[in-house]
Amino acid sequence: MSARERPLSPHLQVYKLEYTMLLSILHRATGCALVLALLGFVAWLWALSAGPVAYACMTTVLGSVVGKLVLAAAVTGFWYHFTTGIRHLCWDAGYGLDKAQARRSAKIALVVIALLSAASLAVMFCCGGRS
Amino acid sequence: MSFKSPLGRVLGQGSHSGTQHWISQRITSVALAVLGPWLVVSLLTMPDFSYASAHAAMARPANAVVTILFLLAAFHHAYSGVTVVIEDYVPAKGKKILALLVLQFLHVAFAVAGIIAVLRLAIWSAV
Repeated sequence: MSARERPLSPHLQVYKLEYTMLLSILHRATGCALVLALLGFVAWLWALSAGPVAYACMTTVLGSVVGKLVLAAAVTGFWYHFTTGIRHLCWDAGYGLDKAQARRSAKIALVVIALLSAASLAVMFCCGGRS
Repeated sequence: MSFKSPLGRVLGQGSHSGTQHWISQRITSVALAVLGPWLVVSLLTMPDFSYASAHAAMARPANAVVTILFLLAAFHHAYSGVTVVIEDYVPAKGKKILALLVLQFLHVAFAVAGIIAVLRLAIWSAV
């Protein structure tokens, strides 16, 4: 690459931050974070398949405060990416593309994410087992 | 001075498989929209997160099938997504190819490890 400064086309910084834009950025961010969660899930499966001793190590890690926070973030991130992903699929099919519809679907998505995450976290930390 | 025509110089410089990449990312996302919630719900509705419960849940044939399908779709989808992110933010060609190579190996390795773990749970320890 040449060292000369190339002109850049207008990018993120020239736009006023809109919540629809924030949702889009978070879709990508949660996607990246979920790759790490996926690697964690494989580690969990591996520990489970290795036997009770390895699994006990895993539950100790996941049962710690940091582990619980990571699990909560992973579950919330999953529902976020799932919900906004469906929104993206609707756009890909050609629905809901105008500004008012995009804003409305953003609000609906946030409500759906909050409900799904709250239900999951309640089951995970209250009704379910002690991780 | 190149003897190539302007068209000849640009052909093959862009994406070679952009449409296919885009379509496969959508196909895996539709699959994951079903498999992901299934897996998350079946993990969260285990009676507890003890070894016995987790082992019983994951060794159940239907869950093993769903988990393996999930791993295949998820790692494919993850790698497609990560590829786009790298292509967007890593401008240097050498670094980009290296990053994509390392990430591709990592995704394939973890996908295989996950599938082996599920098979081990569902088949070898099902006695």
